[in-house]
Amino acid sequence: MKNIDSKGHVRGESIYLDDIPVQIGTLHGEIFDAPCAHGKIKNVDYSQAEQFPGVVRIITFKDIPGENQIGGIIPDEPLFAEDEVHFWGMPVALIIATSEFIARQAKKLIKIDIEELDCIVDPKEAREKGSLIFPPRTFKIGDVDSVWEACEHVFEGEADSEGQEHLYIETQGAYAFQMENGNIRIASSTQGPTAVQRTAARVLGVGMHKIEVDVTRLGGGFGGKEDQATSWAVMAALGAHLLKRPVKIVLHRMDDMCMTGKRHPYRSDFKIGLSKDFKIKAYQVTFHQNAGAAADLSPAVMERTLFHATNSYHIPNVTATAYSCKTHLPPNTAFRGFGGPQGMFVIESAIAKAAHELGIDASRIQERNLLKDGDELPYGQVMEHALARKTWATAHKKFQLEAKRTDIADFNQKNKYIKKGLAIQPVCFGISFTNTSMNNARALVHIYSDGSVGVSTGAVEMGQGVNTKMLQVAANAFSIAPEKVKLETTNTTRVANTSPSAASATADLNGKALQIACDKLLTRLKETAANMVGAEVSSIELQDEQVYCNNKPAGIKWEKLIQTAFLERVCLTENGHYATPVIHFDKTKEKGHPFAYHVYGTAILVVTVDCIRGIYTFDSVEIVHDFGKSMNETIDLGQIEGGLVQGMGWMTMEELKYNSNGKLLSNALSTYKIPDIYSVPKEIKVEALETEGHEMAIRKSKAVGEPPLMYGLGAYFAIQNAVKAFNPNYQPKYHAPFTPEKVLLGLYEKVNVSVSGI
Amino acid sequence: MEFILNNRLVKTDKPGGMTLLDFIRYDHQLTGTKIGCREGDCGACTVLIGDVKEGKLRYQSMTSCITPLANVKNKHVVTIEGLNMEQLTPVQQAFVDTGGTQCGFCTVGFIMSLSGYCLSAGSATLEEGISAIDGNICRCTGYKSIERATGIIVSKLSRKDDKHPIDWLIREGFIPGYFAGIPERLIALQVASQNPNGRADRLPKVGGGTDVYVQRPDDLVTSDIHPFFDLTDLKSIFLDKNICYVGAGATATDLLESDVFNSMFPNLRKHLKLISSTQIRNMGTIAGNLVNASPIGDLTAFFLALNATLTINKPTGEVRKLPLKEFYLAYRKVDLKENEAVEMLEFHLPDENTFFNFEKVSKRTYLDIASVNTAIRLAVINDNIEVIDVSAGGVFATPLYLEKTCAFLKGKQLSSESVSAAAEILDSEISPISDIRGSKEYKRLLLRQLFFAHFIELFPQKNLKWRRLYEKY
Repeated sequence: MKNIDSKGHVRGESIYLDDIPVQIGTLHGEIFDAPCAHGKIKNVDYSQAEQFPGVVRIITFKDIPGENQIGGIIPDEPLFAEDEVHFWGMPVALIIATSEFIARQAKKLIKIDIEELDCIVDPKEAREKGSLIFPPRTFKIGDVDSVWEACEHVFEGEADSEGQEHLYIETQGAYAFQMENGNIRIASSTQGPTAVQRTAARVLGVGMHKIEVDVTRLGGGFGGKEDQATSWAVMAALGAHLLKRPVKIVLHRMDDMCMTGKRHPYRSDFKIGLSKDFKIKAYQVTFHQNAGAAADLSPAVMERTLFHATNSYHIPNVTATAYSCKTHLPPNTAFRGFGGPQGMFVIESAIAKAAHELGIDASRIQERNLLKDGDELPYGQVMEHALARKTWATAHKKFQLEAKRTDIADFNQKNKYIKKGLAIQPVCFGISFTNTSMNNARALVHIYSDGSVGVSTGAVEMGQGVNTKMLQVAANAFSIAPEKVKLETTNTTRVANTSPSAASATADLNGKALQIACDKLLTRLKETAANMVGAEVSSIELQDEQVYCNNKPAGIKWEKLIQTAFLERVCLTENGHYATPVIHFDKTKEKGHPFAYHVYGTAILVVTVDCIRGIYTFDSVEIVHDFGKSMNETIDLGQIEGGLVQGMGWMTMEELKYNSNGKLLSNALSTYKIPDIYSVPKEIKVEALETEGHEMAIRKSKAVGEPPLMYGLGAYFAIQNAVKAFNPNYQPKYHAPFTPEKVLLGLYEKVNVSVSGI
Repeated sequence: MEFILNNRLVKTDKPGGMTLLDFIRYDHQLTGTKIGCREGDCGACTVLIGDVKEGKLRYQSMTSCITPLANVKNKHVVTIEGLNMEQLTPVQQAFVDTGGTQCGFCTVGFIMSLSGYCLSAGSATLEEGISAIDGNICRCTGYKSIERATGIIVSKLSRKDDKHPIDWLIREGFIPGYFAGIPERLIALQVASQNPNGRADRLPKVGGGTDVYVQRPDDLVTSDIHPFFDLTDLKSIFLDKNICYVGAGATATDLLESDVFNSMFPNLRKHLKLISSTQIRNMGTIAGNLVNASPIGDLTAFFLALNATLTINKPTGEVRKLPLKEFYLAYRKVDLKENEAVEMLEFHLPDENTFFNFEKVSKRTYLDIASVNTAIRLAVINDNIEVIDVSAGGVFATPLYLEKTCAFLKGKQLSSESVSAAAEILDSEISPISDIRGSKEYKRLLLRQLFFAHFIELFPQKNLKWRRLYEKY
């Protein structure tokens, strides 16, 4: 079935935040933000701005009736700066005016006197100075120290990956207005309606019941609106609360890029030990996460880095330590993969380094160490239904890896100035929020008396197609036409206390809750039907919008059944609650079984590098992916292709640059480049691995949002292999992204000369 | 000011500097057109602008976020609402069928660009179809489903009736029936308009607006502007004797579509594809690029290597001529007094012995600003370099004409030795700085490489053993 939103999308009729018809008297908010990364505010002069015609009010921390605090995991982030600013772009005040244009002009009239203080942008420097968000954590299995001696080969190195801007095409925004009795309704472009509700209540100093958050859909999220949509929604609510007028905030692209956090940059040190036959015996890694100026979701992101430190490989002795380093960048946040990709980049770098030193292809080490059933991961979960080897072997065979290698060797032999490189990228990604308590969801189902159905869940539609999947669950449960089912907006008054739409788990959690609600309704409807035909409940089935009794049509249509149930005062509304079973994790021991299941896959990437100009194009990416039993192949394929390209963008052209003062330099689409239609691989092939699916996935259709992003890691190593093919003097470095600059400098790197800029 | 918005005549006294995007969304509540970046870099706000020229109706895609209202005077502005009919158009249907839309926020921009392609005279090939959406960014799909949708459209267009394209498109459900009446309505508007190209000398001069609306939109949106975009006499491209004249208001698309240019530069398409996107090429003017004085202007590098001369219009009505290479005085400073305007540029026609090449490398190959660009023109007779002009951008405070390098190579034999020696002189002529587009070391290396690339591209058959260029390094 096609995405149920697609018709509205292609006609431009889908409603996004900025398309909501505004009420008369709506005001617009513009954020006045910190003009340096770290400083003491001595004075802010708002007088001229306040006098600017059309300005209604300028709101600062002093106007907050509740708490000036938005930190979700750790309360360390004020909504508005008080005495100090901690990152460039940190909100200081909200200018509210009759138009966005006026508010923006008024912003230019605010004078801030600020004493600049030292600023840290590098996470290793932060660690040295003791600037941490919270204490470091270590995941450990076996004992690396006792194994190094016994290893035939031991290599050490550094691997760094830079941040990534989400670049949802719809910028952050919210629209808030007062209802009666001081209640506030907020329309928000958020992945986490409950986080918005909870935080708005805290800042306004009211109960959560006074705040209603409604989300129709997002024009892209990718994690960037999981926690960081909250500030703007709370500010709009604060304005509406103080002024008793509707307030809308939609961030200008450059403000969005400057004020919001991104994927965390990481700087890491690794040590890897191998046996003679390339079995990885020991792996030690220290991650330095650049958390930025406040915790935001960094503790959870860091945790997932540790969970995925060994990617698809079984390593018996591992010590993985992570530091969440407090710097003066905007608080970094969730981004598809959620720390997993950063962890995996390091193990892949360690393998690549080992392979380079040993003069072998990295795939020999990769393949030798793939996970199998019964292997224990550093966090204690023992692998079941492991498909790492199967996806690898299938990709190898299906995509004729050996022939490909021969062709590439041949090509590189014949061409002096064009070189091809190949990399294989296995992925193993755990599904569930790593914070066990978040793995729950609810769904509310109404069957209306005419037989049509309304479904509310906690899932937020942001392009991933979750509403379509929810609709499939409901239509399938009742065996009715999809047209009879409507997916409602995500609203905190209908489904409360939700977890954000994140962790790839939204369809699983909400779908299972919805299935439970539908099943309960179905039970009652079968009872009604049994009464109607005078048969046993067990003989009743609903199929194709009619009642079947003992596998024969009973002459009762769906509508008739519903009407009868309604007249007989059967409850046609049901709520379903799902909490993922089995999973648990003990943080004091750093051991447990945190994931419902894992998703596997293997990608083969081939790149062509123009060795005169240092630019590259990807010939192909061929993937064998473990979808389980996909419940919607079009949507799931879209997730693979889109996730892959996003991951490749992170590894290649997407370069976030801050200067040493903590100012973002790549602050617009003209300076921060994401893949365009010409920079994606010429060919992307996706083969579904044949499996039985997983019971803990909704309708055995495995989570698909985040895992494919990590196929993109292979882009880095494919380019590196092509550079090596051109320049035997090149000394591999592990510092993503591999921009054309790094490629060219690598291609012409001389022996033992370190080239600056790398 | 009047224009046709979808099927409706609009008469407005809104300031001419207001962006078309704000007018569409907030004055007319046509919210299908989305705001993504407000700098013409994402394409979410793409609309079609129709115009009748020489009796022919023609549509171009433009990013409405940086289009001043004044630039659509007397034209047909088409938003998604102006394409919607009861049934989905084939373009819309293709996106639905292939899963070409996920979050949907960029989708309308793609639909508009592809619909513009359907309305254009371009050939029905996948390459051309993709080219039409090269200025649209999608963050969700990875583009493959969009490519598949484009493939479906291209195959449908292969049956297009080229003699009566509008009628065919209406019949096939690509566009609503009212399009048939548009040419007549536009001509009536043009005739009725008292002052089609009104000059208002004190107002800010705006051509395509593609950079000024990125740099300082707030200074423009509340006032009228002095539009240079559509002055017919500034758009002509013609030959006279041995000289090619290009009107200051010509766009990159005008160059691309010019027979004159295509005959002079066989690789024109390849070169100009490297410059911005379809939408921006439809909007930005040549003079805008030159006067903007960005050290990295692509067309600037192009025309510097042609050793072009500017015709500058003085307020007194006189004109003065100035070689382009003398136009750039310092960073972002040009030899142009207040009230002067660039009217034309001219250059000598290349002959059969003349070679031309343009090279550009940026972080993203297309739709990006160069790290370094360079162009070369040289005439070679019997392996002797008779004429040579080389330009470079991104390596100096201004666009650079490489005087010393050219002087060195002039009269030399075309060989790897001479080119290699010239590269060292070139290196002494530049002083790149480190910025967001690359470190200075990178830019130095990159310009050397692109300089070599000129010769490798132009003389692959000459067996000059270019490999030696590299063996040295």
